[in-house]
Amino acid sequence: MKRAGLLLAAAAALGLAAGAQAADKLKVGFVYVGPIGDHGWTYRHDVGRLAIEKTFGDKVETTYVESVSEGADSERVIRQLASTGHGLIFTTSFGFMNPTVKVAKKFPKVKFEHCSGYKRAANVSTYLARFYEGRTISGLVAGKMTKSNVIGYIASFPIPEVVRGINAFTLALREVNPKAEVKVVWVNTWYDPGKEGDAAKALIDQGADVILQHTDSPAPAQIAQKRGVWAVGQASDMTKFAPRAHLTAIIDNWDSYYVARTKAVLDGTWKESDVWGGLKSGMVEMAPYNSAIPKDVVALAKQAEADIKSGKRHPFQGPVRNQAGKVVIPEGKTADDKMLLSMDWYVEGVQGKLPGK
Amino acid sequence: MDTAAAVIVSMMAAATPLLYAALGELVTEKSGVLNLGVEGMMITGAVTAFATATITGSSAIGIVAGAAAAMALSLIFAVLTLSLVANQVATGLALTIFGIGLSALIGQGYVGTPLDALPKLDIPGISDIAFVGPVVFGHDFLIYFSFVMVGVVAWFLYKTRAGLVLRAVGESHDAAHAIGYPVIGIRYLAVAFGGAMAGVGGAYLSVAYTPMWIENMTAGRGWIALALVVFATWRPGRVLLGAYLFGGVTILQLHGQGFGLGIASQILSMLPYLATILVLVLISSDRALIRLNAPADIGKIFRPAS
Repeated sequence: MKRAGLLLAAAAALGLAAGAQAADKLKVGFVYVGPIGDHGWTYRHDVGRLAIEKTFGDKVETTYVESVSEGADSERVIRQLASTGHGLIFTTSFGFMNPTVKVAKKFPKVKFEHCSGYKRAANVSTYLARFYEGRTISGLVAGKMTKSNVIGYIASFPIPEVVRGINAFTLALREVNPKAEVKVVWVNTWYDPGKEGDAAKALIDQGADVILQHTDSPAPAQIAQKRGVWAVGQASDMTKFAPRAHLTAIIDNWDSYYVARTKAVLDGTWKESDVWGGLKSGMVEMAPYNSAIPKDVVALAKQAEADIKSGKRHPFQGPVRNQAGKVVIPEGKTADDKMLLSMDWYVEGVQGKLPGK
Repeated sequence: MDTAAAVIVSMMAAATPLLYAALGELVTEKSGVLNLGVEGMMITGAVTAFATATITGSSAIGIVAGAAAAMALSLIFAVLTLSLVANQVATGLALTIFGIGLSALIGQGYVGTPLDALPKLDIPGISDIAFVGPVVFGHDFLIYFSFVMVGVVAWFLYKTRAGLVLRAVGESHDAAHAIGYPVIGIRYLAVAFGGAMAGVGGAYLSVAYTPMWIENMTAGRGWIALALVVFATWRPGRVLLGAYLFGGVTILQLHGQGFGLGIASQILSMLPYLATILVLVLISSDRALIRLNAPADIGKIFRPAS
């Protein structure tokens, strides 16, 4: 993969060099970690890029480089984009953080937007979405739909982002169904359709009748459909892969953010910022609910969406107990961003131990 | 289906793509050619099989097309390394990179297209017997065919004259050439067979295992197949064993986590690879064994003396 990325990057860089004339347009560059055909993470970022093109038409020109591996290789790609007249560059993977900051120092006039990192500078902003808000909604739906009271959760890596999702989901699940439990399987990959499918099979064989995933391929949803259980999609609407099993999906929607940031550069009002948007800002969206879900459950889910948007509901509303039964978030309190960003413990109702704990 | 049967069934499915690709590569390597492009051929087979099955509505035609496409790719490798005498390692790596890119291009229009999975054998009454039913009589034909192919490859290599000639070419191409065997021609056939088998392995992923097309869906299985050939010390029976060991540990570790086994998932994920290294060490300690099975002229360039 690394080599593939390198070649693709080199090829794209050549293409860039050739097309670096039109000077009055704002050139917007994108660096992707995966292929745009992954139908998940990178695909959604590319949809955001197309939204920029659609909104601004002739005023902008966009370029993307896909399958760029994290690390030194990405620095070269980012530098290439910066030196070929791009005024705004989006780098969309955590591992692009240091290369982005490094290149940004050399090109103070170019604006950089890094997804999911924490290092900022005068010309480097960061942004990410509160996907865990979507987990709350899917938890409510799953709690109502499960019959076996066992939920299977396919997790990628034990980082706060993923743990936060498992916890938000479990809290909502047990709010409507206190008997339900969550079985977590770590596959240690973001993307391996075969392995994700195997994990889904293993969980279903062990009694799970709703499958959640924090990995990027539609394989788990597809297996769920084949086995006649439910699934919740990830990153993009996966309905077409499993029309019967697909309850809903947590969709990443970067469109409005990308358009707003591009507009800010065009207007000359762009400033360094750190955005962590959720359902309210539209960065997180729920895919259409499966018609097999009873009306009252859909109403419950939609109400929860509205309540999260209005601030009436918080995914981590105290009292929240950890696996040992100890109250971690007291009654009347909610988890603050600091706690959310460093979450490394399971709430009550998750089976098994968090790796490395 | 009880859990034990379910585990075995998923294990067999996980092992099958590896088994096909590794068997093909085994024959290629026995003829003295090292083709590192297995991953690229598998993914090309996967996308072609999926696209063809979608268009024609027939999984069988899809699988044949997948094999043919991967074989065509392997023939590019053969022309470059055998006729034009390019370096096999570099060409094989290039073939993998090329295959991944090519498959993404071909597959653009097929992401998200639904496809019915390959039908499973279903004998009324028999396939429903507890345990034995699903484990012995509940698979798609490619799984049964993979066993047939293990037998065919073993029989061909060790019981037929043609197999003997192929091995002779792999052991010493100069000697085989001196006797009058068409070294290049035999290697062309071996490479083509390896390509076709890798294609079937890839096709298994896209039409039976997870019936869909998505970029890079082989996710490194071609490299595991390459490791398996060494793991098996170039013996078909041991390729079968190795593929099932790999498939088995992968599935078992997922089940183990679900049951709340207190072992770190990373360690469980490492197990198949640790097993490979362990077996490699054990086998390598017996030098005679390696010398008996490894083709002596593997990867060496053959220029017929004119």
